[in-house]
Amino acid sequence: MEQYKTHESIAALMNRNNVDTDQIIPKQFLKKVERTGFGVHLFHDWRYNDDGVTDNPDFELNKPAFKGAKILVAGDNFGCGSSREHAPWAIADYGFNTIIATSYADIFYNNCFKNGILAIVADESELDALMQEINASEGISFLIDLENQMVTTPAGNGFSFKIDPFRKENMLKGLDDIGLTLKHVDKIDEYEEQHKSCYPWLWA
Amino acid sequence: MKKTMYEKIWASHFVHQEPGQAPLLYVDRHLMHEVTSPQAFEGLRMAKRPVRNPHSILATIDHCVPTKDRDLPIADPIAKKQIETMAVNCDENGLNLYDMESPDNGVIHVVVPEHGFVHPGMVVVCGDSHTATHGAFGALAFGIGTSEVEHVMATQTLPQQKSKTMLVQVNGVLSKHCAAKDIALAIIGVTGTAGGTGYVMEYAGEAIEALSMEGRMTVCNMAIEAGARAGMVAPDQKTYDFLEGKEFAPKGEQWEQALAYWGSLVTDEGAQFDTVVTLNASEISPQVTWGTSPEQVVGVSGVVPAPASFDNKGKRIACEGALKYMDLEPNTKMTDIEIDYVFIGSCTNGRIEDFRDAAELAKGTQVAEGVTAIAVPGSFHVKIQAEKEGIDKIFKDAGWEWREPGCSMCLAMNGDELKDGQRCASTSNRNFEGRQGKGGRTHLVSPAMAAAAASAGRFVDISKLG
Repeated sequence: MEQYKTHESIAALMNRNNVDTDQIIPKQFLKKVERTGFGVHLFHDWRYNDDGVTDNPDFELNKPAFKGAKILVAGDNFGCGSSREHAPWAIADYGFNTIIATSYADIFYNNCFKNGILAIVADESELDALMQEINASEGISFLIDLENQMVTTPAGNGFSFKIDPFRKENMLKGLDDIGLTLKHVDKIDEYEEQHKSCYPWLWA
Repeated sequence: MKKTMYEKIWASHFVHQEPGQAPLLYVDRHLMHEVTSPQAFEGLRMAKRPVRNPHSILATIDHCVPTKDRDLPIADPIAKKQIETMAVNCDENGLNLYDMESPDNGVIHVVVPEHGFVHPGMVVVCGDSHTATHGAFGALAFGIGTSEVEHVMATQTLPQQKSKTMLVQVNGVLSKHCAAKDIALAIIGVTGTAGGTGYVMEYAGEAIEALSMEGRMTVCNMAIEAGARAGMVAPDQKTYDFLEGKEFAPKGEQWEQALAYWGSLVTDEGAQFDTVVTLNASEISPQVTWGTSPEQVVGVSGVVPAPASFDNKGKRIACEGALKYMDLEPNTKMTDIEIDYVFIGSCTNGRIEDFRDAAELAKGTQVAEGVTAIAVPGSFHVKIQAEKEGIDKIFKDAGWEWREPGCSMCLAMNGDELKDGQRCASTSNRNFEGRQGKGGRTHLVSPAMAAAAASAGRFVDISKLG
């Protein structure tokens, strides 16, 4: 996984609640056996006209001011529904590495951190201020500093955010979760031996 | 200290915790399907990591399979490749796969219980959000992403933060023609789709105890639609009777050992939950969703709400958007909404009991003019059982299509889908925009409601039927 570095980027606004993973990446694109190449299908049904090719000018992420944005600002319960990791793969492949929302669905939130996407939780007033600032001046950039857990904006609507220290460390160092767990393989072996004696029917 | 069932299962699966890191939780059972696993196998291959416990895995092919003409080659080349990849991955790693030719094939969350692969007290994962289904057996079962699928294959563990606990107490007795699905939808109507976020729900109370194992699976299946990590029901005699004799159930002396252990799992009397939600089953009427989120639901005798009826700004905006997409006017009676399509099936309502419920109302009727109705069993075992009972004939005589098993129109990956603007009464779990086909409009209902709607061409207050 790539290391997450402090960066300044355009923040795109998607003022919708309950954006579900079926919208993020519709099911017709889930048949690939690779992890890459999903960005072009991100938000397919909203993003493209009925021909499935030309851009729908009414879709917020198609606004020229949001081109190249790495930060996505969205509403409540972002990423609800299906567990498909194709959703964060598509978001990352499109170019986003940060999402700011008031809340996320559980599985989606976990999936983000496995794919180098920083999912920041803002409270309602913090998010409202960010949304107003973007609306007033579309195309503005925010500064994301994970080390110091700070979002900084030109108009001073920044805030500090909370994050699990383990997730933070892994993102900053770009660490692979599986490698970290396998450092404790002796503990897993030990647990498994005990498990076999307590619940022998699971190993029959 | 008094403990909830969740806390007991958590404690018995705790492997290790490094300071500052998430606890590692041991995984007993890992379920798999073709859509969310190929990239995990690819990751293992790239890192030269073996599958740690192949016997802990059971795999099926369900999302992409056609539900008719299954003897023909799969037309969609990308789906075909995904299915072939699954077979190769399972073969290379020595995994048990119920492939398309297997008599045990079907939807993962339907076939796993049929074989007794999940027991009380287990930790169960699958790259599928509806894994919560298996909580019906008193297991901690939850959906994971593909990176986590890879993690579990390599380590048999997952770094997990402990969830909060929510007791969902459903007292009283359900009315006639009301079913587990109505309980599931009514709960989400109360909690909302984010109300369970961060929680594991335990369903309890007279109405839950009265449900069959199939009914409990339906309720737990939709825990994710309330945002919860998992849903679970305490194991009891029904659980044991369901499991006894099944292929992967303990046998002989080990059965007795297992029974003693399973009995110790139930939540201690007086254990504290972080949140308690209480419903009365006698007040739950047949439920129908009107919007594009499962929380947008009313009783069938109700009306489509007006955006102004919501105090919360977010819910008001969501209502406006949903009504536009669903092409519905506020205050329309639910029983005046006409439908074009009916789907019975899915991991929520694709079990034998669901087809029995629906057949009761389909018997002797005819599908209304202009309506297409399909019945898709959740597995070959469900299909064969239904055919033994003559249920297929009831459906066919009533003008339904009786299909082969698969996920089918629940998520419409296999070509079974709504056309733009079509309106469907569906026993599946999600009414999101475009879920059943671009522009398709989904109303979530129970199997009985689906059957009644097929012949009436609109929703029916089935609680008023004899």
